[in-house]
Amino acid sequence: MRLQAAAVKLGYGDNVIVDGLDLGIEAGTVTTIIGPNGCGKSTLLRALGRLLKPQGGEVLLDGKRIDRIPTREVAKILGVLPQAPVAPEGLTVADLVGRGRHPHQTWYRQWSSDDEGAVAAALAMTGLADLAERPLDELSGGQRQRAWISMALAQGTDLLLLDEPTTFLDLAHQVEVLELVRHLHQEAGRTVVMVLHDLNLAARYADRLVAMRAGRVIASGTPHEVLTEELLREVFELDAKVIPDPVAGTPLVVPIGRPHHAHSAASASEIS
Amino acid sequence: MSATTLAPRLHGIRHRRITVLLALLAAVVVAVVLSVTIGSKPVPLGDAWHALTAPTGTENDLVIRSLRLPRTVLGVLAGIALGVAGALMQGHTRNPLADPGLLGVTQGAAFAMVSSIILLGVSNLLVYIWFGLAGALVASVAVFALGMAGGRGGPTPVTLALAGTAVSALLAALTSAVVLLDEQAMDVFRFWQAGSISARGADVVWQVAPFILAGLVLAMVNAPGLNALSLGEDVARSLGQNIMWTRTIGVAAVTLLSGAAVAACGSLAFIGLIVPHLARPLSGPDHRWLLPYSGLIGAGLLLLADVIGRVVAPPGELEVGVVLALMGAPFFVALVRRRKPVRL
Amino acid sequence: MTTTLPLRTRGLSWRVRVRGVAVALIGLLLLALLMALNMRLGDIQMSLAEVVSGAFDVHSPAHFVIMELRLPRALTGALVGAALALSGAIIQSIARNPLASPEILGVTTGASVTVVAGVVASGSVTGGTSGLLTSLGIPALALVGGLIGAAVVYGLAWRRGLDGYRLVLVGIGVSAVFTNVKFWLLTIGDVTDTGRAMVWITGSLNSRGWEHVTPTALALAVLVPLALLGTRSLDALRFGDDTVTALGVRVNPARALMILSAVLLSAVATAAAGPIAFVALASPQIALRLTRSAHPPLLCSAIIGAVLTTAADLVARTAFSPIELPVGIVTAVLGAPYLIHLIWRSRK
Repeated sequence: MRLQAAAVKLGYGDNVIVDGLDLGIEAGTVTTIIGPNGCGKSTLLRALGRLLKPQGGEVLLDGKRIDRIPTREVAKILGVLPQAPVAPEGLTVADLVGRGRHPHQTWYRQWSSDDEGAVAAALAMTGLADLAERPLDELSGGQRQRAWISMALAQGTDLLLLDEPTTFLDLAHQVEVLELVRHLHQEAGRTVVMVLHDLNLAARYADRLVAMRAGRVIASGTPHEVLTEELLREVFELDAKVIPDPVAGTPLVVPIGRPHHAHSAASASEIS
Repeated sequence: MSATTLAPRLHGIRHRRITVLLALLAAVVVAVVLSVTIGSKPVPLGDAWHALTAPTGTENDLVIRSLRLPRTVLGVLAGIALGVAGALMQGHTRNPLADPGLLGVTQGAAFAMVSSIILLGVSNLLVYIWFGLAGALVASVAVFALGMAGGRGGPTPVTLALAGTAVSALLAALTSAVVLLDEQAMDVFRFWQAGSISARGADVVWQVAPFILAGLVLAMVNAPGLNALSLGEDVARSLGQNIMWTRTIGVAAVTLLSGAAVAACGSLAFIGLIVPHLARPLSGPDHRWLLPYSGLIGAGLLLLADVIGRVVAPPGELEVGVVLALMGAPFFVALVRRRKPVRL
Repeated sequence: MTTTLPLRTRGLSWRVRVRGVAVALIGLLLLALLMALNMRLGDIQMSLAEVVSGAFDVHSPAHFVIMELRLPRALTGALVGAALALSGAIIQSIARNPLASPEILGVTTGASVTVVAGVVASGSVTGGTSGLLTSLGIPALALVGGLIGAAVVYGLAWRRGLDGYRLVLVGIGVSAVFTNVKFWLLTIGDVTDTGRAMVWITGSLNSRGWEHVTPTALALAVLVPLALLGTRSLDALRFGDDTVTALGVRVNPARALMILSAVLLSAVATAAAGPIAFVALASPQIALRLTRSAHPPLLCSAIIGAVLTTAADLVARTAFSPIELPVGIVTAVLGAPYLIHLIWRSRK
């Protein structure tokens, strides 16, 4: 078990979002957390990446309490890409990706050949080498997202936590990013935990799915085990058919519509 | 695209940055030469060299060694200190209005100095510079502690900026009240408020130099952490940066740098406010380059303003602070107008 | 904490923040209390009954003190404080920066330069400042100077539209020039003239009469509703320009209108009482913390500005009587610790 949450209680101040949650991440797997908006997915991911200190329980990295390991050491093992990060104006792609090397640098060793190699490799892997000198704010949303992923890659960690890495991307770029994740997993044996909204892509690219609702884990397991019609109703309140994906054979969710559809449509017309 | 074709380009960026650094350094050297040779009594370059290398006690030797040299060295030190402190302050608060005095340093120094004059009857420049330093330190610690109120794991930029403004306003009001009561304090304060590097002498240089050097070391140690922080606190944490620690080092550096500069030269915070805005278009958002650029531009600008102040209104002199505002500010406005300002 | 109450009648609907209303009401109550104290205290102490009879009985000996000295002065203070605070709240919203104040619009510094220049020049020409200049000329000079200062900043910051960030940077530069020109003028002027100018540029409510109250009140009567009407577009302007346009607000006219009202508010206030320090900067921040809203609330800021200035004037007038402190010093001495307390209390 590489990363583990044991009875964690998470929240901001008095606002408790997750209480008493257990979750284990196996080495070498791609785990995707799914769930409706506000269910605590991102909060959980932040806690796993020690960006949020649990109010109770503990997070273990390789069996040790993550808050007891020096944060710089954690940064060499585990990389986190938060949702919608912002960069200062004028920062170039190469500069941003270079900042991923931060945990490996000291004040007397600020730019080694290892750093340069890792940055070049990360840029090549995301296909951004041609844009290395361009300022981030001149790029398209998809390119910008890939630049941030490159930064996380340059950090050179074998555990990677990505919070909605496909936001702002069109379908082709979403697939591209997820192919990249699969590549990292298969070629480099990295362990990845993601939060994703697209259930079909989640099913296609994850080894394990974790379905959350209202701060609790409702189900976890392989996509086949988790993505069932009953679960979709329970977690998302969504009536859907689940059929095999004609390409990959993974579950494919085809929504029918929300329960009480007719009723909500009627109340909508009442308002207008 | 393979990794091998990328490396030369990364080197290209680096070379450009080093070239700019050298150009700025050369500009500072020119400013130093101007500052040593120009004044109410112009000294030819040869005589100046003579005075620096093998003084024989001529009149020019005396002018250079006892007046121009300390003044120039103090200008370089204070310019570097205020430029770097301004860049640090704007980086930490992410606020373009932040100046090196924002932590209460300027007003803390002023209040301590006028109080020492009134309460303890201090009348020696060297002594009240110590009081100024102590006042800057106390004010800055108070602001930092207050700023801590704003967030987990370290002060947030907004509370830090606001706490600094509130403490500064309080100290400034107390200073004006004290000054109203005492004519001698008023005199020193007026002189100090205008900001000047003249008539300070070598002993003042020796007094503040260690603080400024220590501050510069801390500032450079702080640069990578500040880079990480500029990507947001979450990304900084995930890159293994301890935010509390980064903020503490930054505040310590600003306090040493601007505390020493302001105690010795008076209220010159304006230079620290504009210099980072001049440096940022050259350096980009990388603090490892922004800080040295800001320091060098600060030194060049301060010396240049001082030289202009010496010659513009003979036989008298204009205070460097006044020249900086009257000539630096229009230049700054023109620059802001001409190109898109680089946001923090 | 952030409870809002919907208020609806036929065709009209608002959402009212309960906490904001509470802060406003308590603020108004406090203001009334301070005004009453301001009427009672001074060289001649009066009971409330004496104040009331003095106000209405023309033949009472207290009538002159109340109606010609204390009341207009206190009213000027309250109005000026409200105007400055409202102006600060608008500017802080537009610049999206809690450190912004009318100073960066060039208003207060522009007014200071012209007033000092006027005082110094008239002193050297006529050999002394006439009564007319002090009572009428200085406010007029300040108003003109403030508007010119703002026009310079606005004109220099305008480049195919107005960018809040550039406005702030240009404002810093222009204000620095004005401030130092003012310093220089003070050094070349005659000692007695500069002394008079010094009193004005630290902000003073000393001997403010109805001739100050009336124009300030009239200006506020026009500008406050204008500013409050702009609240909705101001809320929208806090987002990026793209979002604002998407929300259906025409960015440049809306922003220009709000900036114009901020400029006029602070120019009028400065004309009446000089640049009183710290009110414009601190009041919106105090209001924001008291109402626990995300952005400076305009009306509450104005009320708190009035309370702060009135309280400061009371202290300035009575604390070290017969010596009178400049009100601009006292606003900071009262306001800064309170703001510090609010920041400290908000710690997590």
